Amino acid sequence: MTEVLLDVRNLHKSFGALKATDDVSITLRPGEIHALIGPNGAGKSTLIKQIAGGLRSDSGSVHFAGQDVTPLSTVQRARAGLGRTFQISSLAMEYTVLQNAVLGALGQSGRVMRFFAPVMRQQKLREEAMRALELVGLADHAAKRTADLSHGQRRQLEVAVALTLRPKVFLMDEPMAGLGASGSKEMTGFLDGLRREAPILLVEHDMDAVFALADRISVLVYGQIIASGTAAEIKADPQVRVAYLGEEDAA
Amino acid sequence: MMREKLVNLFLFLLLPVTALAAFALDEPFIITLATKAAILALAGVGLNIALGLGGLVSFGHAAFFGIGGYAMGILAAHAQSYTPIMESPFLIEGTKSMPVIWLVAIVVSGLAALLIGALSLRTSGVYFIMVTLAFGQMLFYFSISWPAYGGEDGLSIYVRNGFPGLNTLDPLTFFAIAFAVLALVLLFAGRLARAPFGLALSAARQNAERVEAVGLAPFRLRLVAFVISGAVTGLAGALFADLNRFVSPTMFSWQTSGEIMIFVILGGVGRLFGPVAGAALFILLEHVLGGLSEFWHIYLGLLLLLVVLFARGGMIGLIAGREVAHD
Repeated sequence: MTEVLLDVRNLHKSFGALKATDDVSITLRPGEIHALIGPNGAGKSTLIKQIAGGLRSDSGSVHFAGQDVTPLSTVQRARAGLGRTFQISSLAMEYTVLQNAVLGALGQSGRVMRFFAPVMRQQKLREEAMRALELVGLADHAAKRTADLSHGQRRQLEVAVALTLRPKVFLMDEPMAGLGASGSKEMTGFLDGLRREAPILLVEHDMDAVFALADRISVLVYGQIIASGTAAEIKADPQVRVAYLGEEDAA
Repeated sequence: MMREKLVNLFLFLLLPVTALAAFALDEPFIITLATKAAILALAGVGLNIALGLGGLVSFGHAAFFGIGGYAMGILAAHAQSYTPIMESPFLIEGTKSMPVIWLVAIVVSGLAALLIGALSLRTSGVYFIMVTLAFGQMLFYFSISWPAYGGEDGLSIYVRNGFPGLNTLDPLTFFAIAFAVLALVLLFAGRLARAPFGLALSAARQNAERVEAVGLAPFRLRLVAFVISGAVTGLAGALFADLNRFVSPTMFSWQTSGEIMIFVILGGVGRLFGPVAGAALFILLEHVLGGLSEFWHIYLGLLLLLVVLFARGGMIGLIAGREVAHD
């Protein structure tokens, strides 16, 4: 049995009578991309917050690499090895691209309470940041102000910052959102290689990308995982076709 | 970028050149004004660490300014009356030595900032402004109603405190001391902004969610910034009290908090030399317009309005342009 890096067990979350997360269990093994799909309002964002921190679960637990992180905050979970990208780019807009990446490397190093030496002259942080920028193809834009980046470049920078954290697992919330066809294809190719760095829990609406990338797919509907399996299995699953792919007559 | 450096150099030289010229022309009052500008700038540099770098709109920095002032007042009052501050469980005596007073001012105002920050930083936005204001007002009313140290009347110190090897009674020497402290703190604040801590703190101002996602806690960054900020403003308070040889509850008043904030906003929020520009302009206006009319604050208000509406980067932003992200 391969070791499980991310192990989400029986998560529950209710908002009043609404069960946003209803007994969700999901795992992530080394080297794989596990896609989480589901129609709008299925509870994907809620689930992500429960995994990344920031939203306390009613019950259930989250483990990274054998460590129970359920009681930990967002900050502590990031330290424990969760590299997260946001659905809507969340970056320090006044900073240069490189500064954003260095911020990630700084967070990873944990040496933030330093008050004198200029951070941008610290070779180790710079190298780590540049490595990540090169991987996502933003190295040429390192000196640009983040606010001046295109939407697609901001998505790339999100991923680069997550890379500088050298995470044990990636949690990516719609990295293709708003990328357009060619950008989406580029990102697909990139994520395909990224799984060797760390496995990815990928929340994505772009079905071409999901079917091309995912080793496993789980389908979330009304807070429940209704099916989980390979791309072929999911495509063939009658329940999924009804609930998600929108086909009334399951062939 | 280049232009901001020139502006900074000009501002840096402005005060000592003014003081030296006043000395040459035998105008000690002008030297005192330059000293006042340097000390108020120092208070602004302190606030700017919280406000400019950390985005923390503290409307209670008079608390730290006043604590610094009273640290000086209480220590010096006991020294001049030859009575110890306390005898049991151990003896603490007053002092007339500036370095010791400064150290006490920094430590006590830093501790106060730790306490006030730990509580107020749990809120944000308008609530943060109100909570910091409330703490400032608490100290204001406490100082008024505490008869041991003068209450409403404040405390007078008859002779300026001493600095080893220097004649602090000489206006130019005292200016040099205040300016040297300002220069050192500016150097520190400049390095702080570019240090790992500054990068993370400023990022937390821009986007707290991002900072959390890289494993850094915004609350801790802000609390440390608030403590440094309070300590610097407290140091300025001690110097200000020494300049006047007088401490009163006015130092704790919300108007004082407002004035410190005005220095920062007039000069340029987040700009290293913003408070220097703001304090110098404030003193200039107070002196020039104050001579013309008792109601000179109207003009100050008008100027502030213009700056806020049309020059968001303050005077430095107006001259040097938008701040450039630096590597």
